Amino acid sequence: MAEVILKGISKSFGETRAVSNLDLIIADGECVVLLGPTGAGKTTTLRLIAGLERADSGRITIGGYDVAQEAPAGRDVAFVFQQYSLYPHLSVYENLAFPLRSPARRLGKDEIDRRVRDVARMVRIDHKLENRSTRLSGGEMQRVAIGRALVRRPSIFLMDEPLSSLDAKLRAELRLELKRIQKELGATLLYVTHDQIEAMTMADRIGILAEGRLVQIGTPRDIYSNPANTHVAARLGQPHINLIPVDVLPDGRAPAGTRTVGARTEHLEISLGGNANAQIDWVEHLGDQNHLHIRVGDCKLITLANPYLPVKPGDKIGLALKNPLYFGADGNRMY
Amino acid sequence: MSSVNSAHSVVEPGAMSKRIAASIVIAYAVITMIPLVWIFMTSFKSPPDSISYPPKIMFQPTLEGYCNLFTTRTRQTSEYIASLGTPTSTCDETTRSRNMVIAGPSNYWPRFKNSLLIAFGSTFLAVSLGTLAAYGFSRFRVPLADDLLFFILSTRMMPPIAVAIPIYLMYRQLGLSDTALGMILLYTAVNVSLAVWLLKGFIDEIPREYEEAAMIDGYTRMQAFFKVVLPQATTGIAATAIFCLIFAWNEYAFAVLLTSGEAQTAPPFIPTIIGEGGQDWPAVAAATTIFLVPILVFTILLRKQLLRGITFGAVRK
Ligand SMILES: Nc1ncnc2c1ncn2[C@@H]1O[C@H](COP(=O)(O)OP(=O)(O)OP(=O)(O)O)[C@@H](O)[C@H]1O
Ligand SMILES: [Mg+2]
Repeated sequence: MAEVILKGISKSFGETRAVSNLDLIIADGECVVLLGPTGAGKTTTLRLIAGLERADSGRITIGGYDVAQEAPAGRDVAFVFQQYSLYPHLSVYENLAFPLRSPARRLGKDEIDRRVRDVARMVRIDHKLENRSTRLSGGEMQRVAIGRALVRRPSIFLMDEPLSSLDAKLRAELRLELKRIQKELGATLLYVTHDQIEAMTMADRIGILAEGRLVQIGTPRDIYSNPANTHVAARLGQPHINLIPVDVLPDGRAPAGTRTVGARTEHLEISLGGNANAQIDWVEHLGDQNHLHIRVGDCKLITLANPYLPVKPGDKIGLALKNPLYFGADGNRMY
Repeated sequence: MSSVNSAHSVVEPGAMSKRIAASIVIAYAVITMIPLVWIFMTSFKSPPDSISYPPKIMFQPTLEGYCNLFTTRTRQTSEYIASLGTPTSTCDETTRSRNMVIAGPSNYWPRFKNSLLIAFGSTFLAVSLGTLAAYGFSRFRVPLADDLLFFILSTRMMPPIAVAIPIYLMYRQLGLSDTALGMILLYTAVNVSLAVWLLKGFIDEIPREYEEAAMIDGYTRMQAFFKVVLPQATTGIAATAIFCLIFAWNEYAFAVLLTSGEAQTAPPFIPTIIGEGGQDWPAVAAATTIFLVPILVFTILLRKQLLRGITFGAVRK
């Protein structure tokens, strides 16, 4: 495992600036999760580290070595692709053994067999080792693809939305499993996802990408409670943060220049039977909790409420802010 | 979904249209087979039977055509033939019954071997070169790639025989006339354009992620090509090889022009059989029947590769 440093990395495809001036340090043994909307440059970042794309400018070092001149094979990274899983002409076993059989590695037959079986057990595919890789379900394929990265002990694991094709239950299981494996191996892991729960639970640090730029990086807590701008704030939290004009709800503490107030559930206080300044539009029952859709003037807000709160559509309620987040005209945070 | 099982399923044609399609295919197959069956039958007829009118559907099969194909014979007096011992083979016997004796082997077998060497050799070269070129065009940013591809295709736009005379003169200068090497090079040149175009289509279909994954897994691009791309391109390679082989195997015009002795292939040789000792149609038919065998065998051997779909989608989209 090794430390990976990106310094001033830029990459354009024709007119499209996929990654621009990216600085990122992934410490040895750390799990960094990249989060960002589609087209933000997440995949491109991973491909740059793997050596599948050549950066227009900037430096990438892996374990202290500048890898600019290294072919992908020489960079010692493992990659789980977003759009792709397995070699169709090989069995599951052969797929898992493929990286170990590379001429660069020269492992003994027994060593390969042992590692393949270990990993197969780890990703729970050991009962289908002899299957053709095309005769697997999407989830099984994805597990083999993850397994194919895990058979090696690379400097860094690069995973591009590895769990996105799985159903929710399997996803939750594998998420925990991956985190456990990562900790156990002390693996350096750069992980791309759209799923904020994955990001929150897997990451030592989360990096938010937007239009090829790293907007903010920090611990999950930090990103959640101290977003640098509205864009970052909008990436985390369920339901989404409510971004409302500053004068919609009473609040005397907004700093001068505030344009937008960001209010998550914990920033909203609902009072029944007092001064009513808002109205319930409808209530979504999620089981253990409810989503309240609230209207204040022309603004619509969504917040969580416990299912026993006695409200129904049409009810008038009082809504107040409690230490919300303030954003200026440019979308940046005001303190 | 129930619609899959219903009479008007979108995926399965109805029983009626299947039956119609099948009868059209069968009728077409039968019609195209008739000449082949005729040749096959003629090869087992005796020379008089082969030219009798009306044509004989029922006849006494004989191997005379095959005997005559593989031997040269001389006419002898019946006293001389009677003075010989017992015939050593069926061929010996049939030949003697026509007042002739076997003088030696004919040229058919060496010509046939030339055909094998030249056709398979040029197919191998054309497919190998074509695969590499197609891979290059498919994966790398080749300067002027579109123009180059068009140029490669344009060599196929005129009939190859249009350049026969310049090639004839060139080959004489280079000493390639009537050599197997010359014919292999010529057929390779003609076939390689077809191979590049066909194979590029197949290789374009193989997602590059496979090679990228292999390269990350510790393989060089060359190793990734052999380990990951080639196995998935077998369908395309098989199809291309059959096309190239059929062309090289059947080619007549260049073969007549450029080969006459040592390197002569079977196609220009077969018509010369007619001349020797009257119109020996059974021998010609026998030559043609044997000539069909390699292509048939090759196609049957590659049948599995041809029919198999390319990748069955292990790609998650
Ligand atoms: N090979 C390429 N050629 C041209 N443009 C590309 C190429 N690869 C990526 N891009 C462009 O670069 C930008 C970033 O793409 P990238 O694949 O990194 O996004 P992403 O963050 O991974 O998105 P997603 O979440 O949809 O996977 C996009 O605008 C994309 O269109
Ligand atoms: Mg992506």
